[in-house]
Amino acid sequence: MKDNQGVLGIFSYVDVTVETVKKLKRAGFFKLRVFSPFPNHEIEDVMDEPESIVRFFTLFGAMLGAACGVGFTVLTSSAWPISVSAKPIVSLPPYIVIIFELTILIGALSTLLGLLINSRLRRNAPKSMYDPRFSEDKFGVMVTCDKESVGEVENILSSQGAEEIKFDEV
Amino acid sequence: MSEQSTLTYARVNEDVIKMLDKPTVKWLALFIPTLGFVGFGLFCFLHQVYTGLGVAGYRHPVFWGVYITDFVFWVGIAHSGTLISAILFLFRANFRMSIYRIAEAMTVFAVLTAGLFPIIHLGRPWNFYWLFPYPNQRELWVNFKSPLLWDVFAVSTYLTVSSLFFFVGMIPDIAAIRDRVKEVPRKIAYSVLSLGWKGSNWEWLHYTRAYLFFAAFATPLVLSVHSVVSWDFAMSNLPGWHTTIFAPYFVAGAIFSGLGMVITLTVPIRKIFHLESYITLDNYDGMAKLIILTSSIVGYAYGVEFFLAWYSGSPYEWGQFYYRATGQYAIFYWIMVVCNVIIPIPLWFKAVRRNIKVLFIISIFINIGMWFERFNIIVISLSEGFDPAAWGIYMPSWVEIGITVGSFAWFFMFFLIFIKTLPAVSIAEMKEILPMPNKGIKGDHSG
Repeated sequence: MKDNQGVLGIFSYVDVTVETVKKLKRAGFFKLRVFSPFPNHEIEDVMDEPESIVRFFTLFGAMLGAACGVGFTVLTSSAWPISVSAKPIVSLPPYIVIIFELTILIGALSTLLGLLINSRLRRNAPKSMYDPRFSEDKFGVMVTCDKESVGEVENILSSQGAEEIKFDEV
Repeated sequence: MSEQSTLTYARVNEDVIKMLDKPTVKWLALFIPTLGFVGFGLFCFLHQVYTGLGVAGYRHPVFWGVYITDFVFWVGIAHSGTLISAILFLFRANFRMSIYRIAEAMTVFAVLTAGLFPIIHLGRPWNFYWLFPYPNQRELWVNFKSPLLWDVFAVSTYLTVSSLFFFVGMIPDIAAIRDRVKEVPRKIAYSVLSLGWKGSNWEWLHYTRAYLFFAAFATPLVLSVHSVVSWDFAMSNLPGWHTTIFAPYFVAGAIFSGLGMVITLTVPIRKIFHLESYITLDNYDGMAKLIILTSSIVGYAYGVEFFLAWYSGSPYEWGQFYYRATGQYAIFYWIMVVCNVIIPIPLWFKAVRRNIKVLFIISIFINIGMWFERFNIIVISLSEGFDPAAWGIYMPSWVEIGITVGSFAWFFMFFLIFIKTLPAVSIAEMKEILPMPNKGIKGDHSG
């Protein structure tokens, strides 16, 4: 069965939202998405997603920045070797500042790239599966399932006290 | 925290987004004169470009004056914003929550202001792009061994990373505004800026990690950027400049001056927009304690500089410091000492730390004192160097004063635009410090 049905339950409490996710997982529904107005450790724990790979973007970006810093300073001073104040042509102590700054600059830009790519990799929820109150004081649990399971999901959400339940194809 | 206990999640959204309502007459009464002063500053700069750098007060041997003072002053102001938003985030200091957005905005606008001065102080400002390393036919590259070039990289990196940190931190709040505004142009604008944010667990996971890494990057920037700026002076051999104390001295002074500016900005904003429930006396208490710490470091540094000059046995170094305290610029030196060391002393007392009016007045004196500190370091050291035959006096001209005033107006112009277009208090993070909405159900742990 193709999982192309979305069911969204709207809640007002964090603990109720967490319990709802647990119940849905026990019932065999794992294509879940939880909306909240702020990041919450309990929701993060119960969703049990793998650790974010943004950290690899950060690490490799910083390493690239350091390499660029070294390459840039060493190669450009070697290209036109002028002795400045009797210092060596390739003089590492002053270059450390440039290397350090480029490490941070390219590391930060990579982190941004990682954030943008990873948070958009999953298809963003369709408009009907979002409620503007999620940025205010409500929590949402969205389940992606097949047509036959919609009733079961609706029962679970209602039994948990969902204030509103929305349905749509996703 | 009793003021914050009356807040609900919905009220946080309402109060912060209400600040973005149509500009009032009061806002316009501030904005229009600010624009006027920016225009005056621009006129002064164009006059200088047209007539020549001679209209500035530069006289031999003082060829760095008010413009470089302003540059260092504004870069220093920026650092406190990063301290509050990034370093206090890493230390989990909750008292930063309601003020850090304003502090971050202050950082970005201060760096934008500081970035004007390397261009303004040039005799041929149209050649400013020579500072940037670009490939060219003759393979002429910039001098990476020069502290002035380190400055280019440091300040550019700081502007980029601070702007990213500022913007990324605002994405969830911009989404909250998008969800609330009704007018179509504003809705479109906030929709674009929010990058489609929906607040799902997946987005929060990557966001919180990215935010942590940005904070981790911004922290060494606070320490390194103003150290690099201090090395513009310390890497020379001029008495009063060539000292290893400069890096920590400048960083502590930067944080000190920035905290003063944060208080100067937040006190009127708190009053005008009725943010008493958000920016509480506890927040000011925390900031005042940081001011005491940095004021003590700066005061200690003033004393140690004198000791170093005397202990070194160098007649040039001692002569320079004796001149600072007793020479023709002595009045500026003692203004600096009084404003930075004496006036913050009452902050040791809790009653003073929690008195908004007194805190505001002290913050104004801190801003004045720190501006004079940069003036003293730069101008007095240049005024009397090694060779008495080369000593001279510098006083700023009306052009320099006009550009300085214009720079303050430029900063406040951005700030006034910011408080009317972007959320000045962090909506999402404020909710993290409010009581969690729990129904109190008992969970089923059968797995």
